[in-house]
Amino acid sequence: MKRAIVMLLALLIHAPAWAKAGEQMLHYEADLSNQQSLQRGARLFVNYCLSCHSASFMRYNRMGRDLGIPDDVLKANLMFGTDKTGETMAVAMNPQEAAQWFGVAPPDLSVTARARGASWLYTYFMTFYRDPARPTGVNNLAFKDVAMPHVLWELQGWQRPLYSEEAGSGATPTITHLELESPGLLDQEGYRRAVQDLVNFLVYLGEPIKLKRQAIGGWVMAYLLVLLGIVYLLKREFWKDVH
Amino acid sequence: MNSVVRTLTGFRDWVDARFPLMQLWNDHLARYYAPKNFNFWYYFGSLAMLVLVIQIVTGIWLTMNYKPGADLAFASVEYIMRDVEWGWWIRYMHSTGGSAFFVVVYLHMYRALLYGSYKQPRELLWVIGMFIYLTLMGEAFFGYLLPWGQMSYWGAQVIISLFGALPWIGDDLALLIRGDFVVSDVTLNRFFSFHVIALPLLLCGLVGAHLLALHEVGSNNPDGVEIKKHKDANGVPLDGIAFHPYYTVKDLVGAVVFLIIFCAVVFFSPEMGGYFLEHANFVPADPLKTPEHIAPVWYFTPYYAILRAIPNQLGGVIAMGSATFMFFLLPWLDRSPVKSIRYRGWRYRVALALFTLSFLILGVMGVQPVTPEFTWLSRFCAIVYFLYFFFLLSITTPDDSRGFVRYYKLCLRGLVWALTVGFTYSWIKGLPANELDKTPLMDKLDSPSTYFVIALLLLAALIETFKFYRQDVDAIPPERVRWS
Repeated sequence: MKRAIVMLLALLIHAPAWAKAGEQMLHYEADLSNQQSLQRGARLFVNYCLSCHSASFMRYNRMGRDLGIPDDVLKANLMFGTDKTGETMAVAMNPQEAAQWFGVAPPDLSVTARARGASWLYTYFMTFYRDPARPTGVNNLAFKDVAMPHVLWELQGWQRPLYSEEAGSGATPTITHLELESPGLLDQEGYRRAVQDLVNFLVYLGEPIKLKRQAIGGWVMAYLLVLLGIVYLLKREFWKDVH
Repeated sequence: MNSVVRTLTGFRDWVDARFPLMQLWNDHLARYYAPKNFNFWYYFGSLAMLVLVIQIVTGIWLTMNYKPGADLAFASVEYIMRDVEWGWWIRYMHSTGGSAFFVVVYLHMYRALLYGSYKQPRELLWVIGMFIYLTLMGEAFFGYLLPWGQMSYWGAQVIISLFGALPWIGDDLALLIRGDFVVSDVTLNRFFSFHVIALPLLLCGLVGAHLLALHEVGSNNPDGVEIKKHKDANGVPLDGIAFHPYYTVKDLVGAVVFLIIFCAVVFFSPEMGGYFLEHANFVPADPLKTPEHIAPVWYFTPYYAILRAIPNQLGGVIAMGSATFMFFLLPWLDRSPVKSIRYRGWRYRVALALFTLSFLILGVMGVQPVTPEFTWLSRFCAIVYFLYFFFLLSITTPDDSRGFVRYYKLCLRGLVWALTVGFTYSWIKGLPANELDKTPLMDKLDSPSTYFVIALLLLAALIETFKFYRQDVDAIPPERVRWS
């Protein structure tokens, strides 16, 4: 009977195809309207992510325009190479060499937020923990055996895993939660806010037009509703002689 | 003012003397008489034309900026999304249009099932429509490779490998489609060619033929009455009204309602939660990394579920192919004297309800990861899906039919019972524990295959009760359309 109910439930609520059972995800919804948060996220992005990762579909000055950063401020604070502001956020690192160094070439981050989603990124940045078995010394709850080192360690500090008290030989213990072992530059609340800024920025990066698209959508809806009224009256007028 | 009108009329007459302008206008719009009782289901034909126009126009603009090529395609799509003026809007219109096309066409086809629009004299109209549906599937399949994301790449890889499952010619056929041993730059370029020129040309030609055939036989209507049987002194059907202006203004209302829903998706939810634009397709194609879960876009999922429900690959491919092919046979399988579901008997109503339900469930199953529950559920729905077509001939002919139909009915009932008994037998055989299996019997009973066997028995019993409803006709249809 249990299975019959499961089958019925599966029909009623269609789970997203890629959601895996048992995976613990922290929930986060990106806020694109907070421009200051996006600016802080951009600063974190160019300081910690860019130059291993690229965002090669995104132009510096497009970011400046959308986030309210004038070109001179942009150049002085967010660009560290000789790029011009109209260029894209490319990297100089050779992908073949990068693959040798890291095991895998760091992916381009332009549309990563659209593939992974805000909650996944948030979980990913929050759940790096120490794991001496890994070459980088860290592992991650959202991305098992990730090749990337914990780049934000100086902000967060180091976390260690706490395992469930499951007696029984051979069973791999499951991680119940992570505990801060040695603090970083930011306190826990400060790090959470920094990660939220970064995720907001990555979501913006995935689709820079999103806010404008929704704003235009409002006008389109209003126009179509007025048009609907007009064409309906037109139809009623013509159909008078059919009735 | 008068001189302007005179000039325009003069120009029209000049053209008309050299081209059948007014004749075309009258034949297809001003003096094409359509039944006056069209309801909600009759909007989707003109809406399909609207979507076709949206797809062609946005497609032309996308082609201006898109670059087919394995190392350029993904980046050029993002270039359209970011650097081309209004490129994001054009692209979202096109991607949403692809899904909207199938929504509209499925509803358009379902209308035919409800009101028997495929029945005599509209068989050919229906067959042309089915060719449009197949072309549309090809168009969607070729187009889906073009963004060159992970799902584009692996979706194409999976679908092409289905052709590879055919005996003897399979491997060569798959090679011919790909132009390479794996999906590659060569494949992308030829798919681009098919998507932007070959299939759109075919599609437009077929749509033209569909319209010509429609205007030859005239539209069906929710009462399934032939309006041409009752004409006035001028030869105008009594229950007909001119398509223009009556249905042009009415379809205009439908078009605006459609555009409201369409634009709500385009502007507020273009990914539609991952069903219109799949999340994994925002990762560039990587021939060395298979995604853990490959699911086709939603409009193919019922067929994909049928494919996966069958344990043998060739068997699955054949089942999937015949699932689409069965639609072609509808006009000859349905022998009911009545067209519209309004006057049909309970047997047809129950059969159509089960078919609808199974099609929808299969659609949901097609995006789910494979589990025993879902596999058995898909199997059951696939059986219901096919039985709908097989039983159509049986339930729409009188119970005392002689000759071929009589033997057909016997064979069909035999087939259902053979299926039921066969599955029940293999289920019972699987129950007793062998020495290694320590699962208690009660746990074994609570398994997906048990529920499958119970459902199959219920289905067989339901089919037996069909005998008690001797007539497929529930009521005698009126001579003229019902009109308040």
